[in-house]
Amino acid sequence: MLLIRCPWCGERDEVEFRYGGQANVAYPADPEALTDAEWAEYLFVRDNPKGAFAERWVHTAGCRRWFSVVRDTVSYRMTATTATTATTATTPEAAQ
Amino acid sequence: MSSQPPDAAAQLPEHPDWLWRNPDPKPSYDVVIVGGGGHGLSTAYYLAREHGLRNVAVLERGWLAGGNMARNTTIIRSNYLCEASAAIYEHALGLWEQWPQELDYDFLFSQRGVLNLAHTLQDVREGVRRVNANRLGGVDAEWLEPDQVKEFCPIVDVSPDVRHPVLGATLQRRGGIAKHDHVAWALARQADAMGVDLIQGCEVTGFVRDGAGAVVGVETTRGRIAAGRVGLAAAGHTSVLADLLGLRLPLQSHPLQALVSELLEPVHPCVVMSNHVHVYVSQAHKGELVMGAGVDSYNGYGQRGSIHLIEHQMAAALELFPIFAQAHVLRTWGGIVDVTPDASPIIGPTPVEGLYLNCGWGTGGFKATPASGRVYAHTIATGSPHPLAAPFGLDRFTTGALVDEHGAAAVAH
Ligand SMILES: Cc1cc2nc3c(=O)[nH]c(=O)nc-3n(C[C@H](O)[C@H](O)[C@H](O)COP(=O)(O)OP(=O)(O)OC[C@H]3O[C@@H](n4cnc5c(N)ncnc54)[C@H](O)[C@@H]3O)c2cc1C
Ligand SMILES: [Zn+2]
Repeated sequence: MLLIRCPWCGERDEVEFRYGGQANVAYPADPEALTDAEWAEYLFVRDNPKGAFAERWVHTAGCRRWFSVVRDTVSYRMTATTATTATTATTPEAAQ
Repeated sequence: MSSQPPDAAAQLPEHPDWLWRNPDPKPSYDVVIVGGGGHGLSTAYYLAREHGLRNVAVLERGWLAGGNMARNTTIIRSNYLCEASAAIYEHALGLWEQWPQELDYDFLFSQRGVLNLAHTLQDVREGVRRVNANRLGGVDAEWLEPDQVKEFCPIVDVSPDVRHPVLGATLQRRGGIAKHDHVAWALARQADAMGVDLIQGCEVTGFVRDGAGAVVGVETTRGRIAAGRVGLAAAGHTSVLADLLGLRLPLQSHPLQALVSELLEPVHPCVVMSNHVHVYVSQAHKGELVMGAGVDSYNGYGQRGSIHLIEHQMAAALELFPIFAQAHVLRTWGGIVDVTPDASPIIGPTPVEGLYLNCGWGTGGFKATPASGRVYAHTIATGSPHPLAAPFGLDRFTTGALVDEHGAAAVAH
């Protein structure tokens, strides 16, 4: 079970949160211009690193706000948390 | 290395060390398979047996079949909803039925029946629809009313006054379980006997490419190995390997857990699964209850999962089987499964010449082991997808022709 630090509510048990997958995936700026392959990439392909991963969580059972963290996908340790609702945010590099 | 066990051990079942050689890697092979799990071994077996390719190596970074093959709950069934999936899993089930004889090894394949319980009206509709679809597709399937569920599996609580009453179930009588380690050993022995090199403790750390970008070999912790073709069968670690080639795949790796109880009297006659309360339970040949549930929500490679999922599945199991209230958990463990957006596997060639892909079996690939290996061997040997594998190509994410078992809701193991 993960102990996750919500930027607004502090450290809480994993069961209070929902996972939102990779952070910083922006909606296409010009959707009409995308090829099928680019749509496939946007819809279906995400990073899947073994190591530092910038990802989003939402505090569903608390303040219900989204934020980003950098988590190591092997040790599961979270090293950086960013209060954000948008797609600007933490990158794995920023945490190193 | 001696090929015979010492006398004192002669009465015991053969130890796996004597079932296959442990050769050093050769400088070059016609085909290199990355990953010595069930799928990698099955692929090598069929490459040798059906395509005459015997200059083949299976490279395994750990020990043979120590990944998900050793960690799964061994449920075998073929009652999937989508035609493409029902076809490949039914092909697998047919092969399971002939494998004990063909492989000449007893891996305790037990067709004790698989029940998928329904707890809501929606579950009932989905179940009946799947039974009808299965029967139209030639897959054995029955719908059971609650009293018939009770008759088939007397320990299930079918009373109407529990939180999630059992409203019925699908039954596939030909489904069941098998002894996973023994399946791997049986395949390893046969592949080895046909000349396949099974190389343990050999991690692939990179790829060798020619001037045109084609994969022509692998870098490993035991040196460079040239290969005519390279087939990945690395389950949860496929993304890690593909990243080395700059190949981005629609895969996410998640921890998936299982657990066993202490040994109990034989009381649990079949496999029981429930998507709604989310648990699946069977009783192993020795007597342990083998239980599993869903993946952890987050990506992970740590081979351990969250305790709250275990609590959840235990609560579900107790609701269904009050008889187990006093049972103790003996051990829990985790594997890393690779999940695709449509919950179906990816099998086929890749944009990288010489590189083939078999991954994305997620939480349910053990049951597919025979078919997965067979269609993958065909695909690698001939260079074009086996008809049963054709719907599972990587290009489906671009064309939109998804095999959406997730949407079809028959997704649990
Ligand atoms: C807890 C749990 C329960 C499950 N229950 C069921 C079930 O009831 N029914 C069912 O059908 N399926 C089930 N599954 C899913 C099933 O186990 C997998 O889909 C299936 O085992 C995947 O294929 P595989 O056997 O080849 O994978 P694995 O056995 O994981 O084989 C992949 C191998 O590749 C190796 N490898 C990885 N990277 C490298 C590298 N760089 N170099 C060399 N080798 C490498 C790994 O060490 C591993 O041995 C379950 C899985 C888990 C974890
Ligand atoms: Zn909060």
